[in-house]
Amino acid sequence: MTEKTNKIERPLSPHLQVYRLPLTALLSISHRISGIALILGAIFISIWFIAAVAGEEYYTLLMDFSQGWIGTLMIFGWSVALFYHLCNGIRHLLWDVGVGLNKCGACKGNTIVILATIILTAGIWFYTSENAPDLVDVNAIEITDDEKEEGEE
Amino acid sequence: MADDQDFRSPLKKAKGLGAAHAGVHHWMAQRITALALIPLVVWLVYSIVDLKGASYAEFMAWTASPINAVLMIFFVIASFYHGVLGAQVVVEDYIKCKCLKMTKLIAHKLFFTALAIATIFSILKIAFTAG
Repeated sequence: MTEKTNKIERPLSPHLQVYRLPLTALLSISHRISGIALILGAIFISIWFIAAVAGEEYYTLLMDFSQGWIGTLMIFGWSVALFYHLCNGIRHLLWDVGVGLNKCGACKGNTIVILATIILTAGIWFYTSENAPDLVDVNAIEITDDEKEEGEE
Repeated sequence: MADDQDFRSPLKKAKGLGAAHAGVHHWMAQRITALALIPLVVWLVYSIVDLKGASYAEFMAWTASPINAVLMIFFVIASFYHGVLGAQVVVEDYIKCKCLKMTKLIAHKLFFTALAIATIFSILKIAFTAG
């Protein structure tokens, strides 16, 4: 009797794997995912200062890595996570005081948060890429000057 | 009507600690660190853009500046605290095994406390010696 009831295939209620998440839910889980990514980013920021204290060779190693394509990709991912978490976090704070805490407000918020994230990320990378050749050139000149001075001494 | 149906004792209400026996401390701390982090993150992004490709000497000089050192320490404390509180919620929500949950909660708190201390120490060391 019990075996028979166990074999009956009962319909399952929609769960995460078969249910297409609405945008609000996708953005909600993205807030957590971006938060975890930012924790990893914070570890990197710590490593930066610890490396600087450990010595110039460690700092240079880290700076070279950050300017390689893997490092740039990581920083890009970090910047997306940061801006998204910042924008969505502000939305969460507004929700906490009761602003926009309804279906219409949430949908409007979705658009604002996504647009703000894209604009901030694109803006900051556009800004830095414009300045990049300038900054890198200045540093390259300074490093070579230091090396020359050291060589002369 | 609502008052008649409230089964909480006056002591429970006065303590205000709720079912979790911890009150709103976690929730409040997460929001307050979030508020602090809004301007700090703007400053951090500005600083990182400014320091892009910086030489060792430039980085040391930047950290040695009192404003940068103080704001960076503030950022480290606020962000690590905020991160630990956030990670705690994620662990509490997704890890079922109670033993593994406790291990993770304690381990990440100890790890991030140690890392925050190491970072603050490093910033102070640079600030006091490289300036």
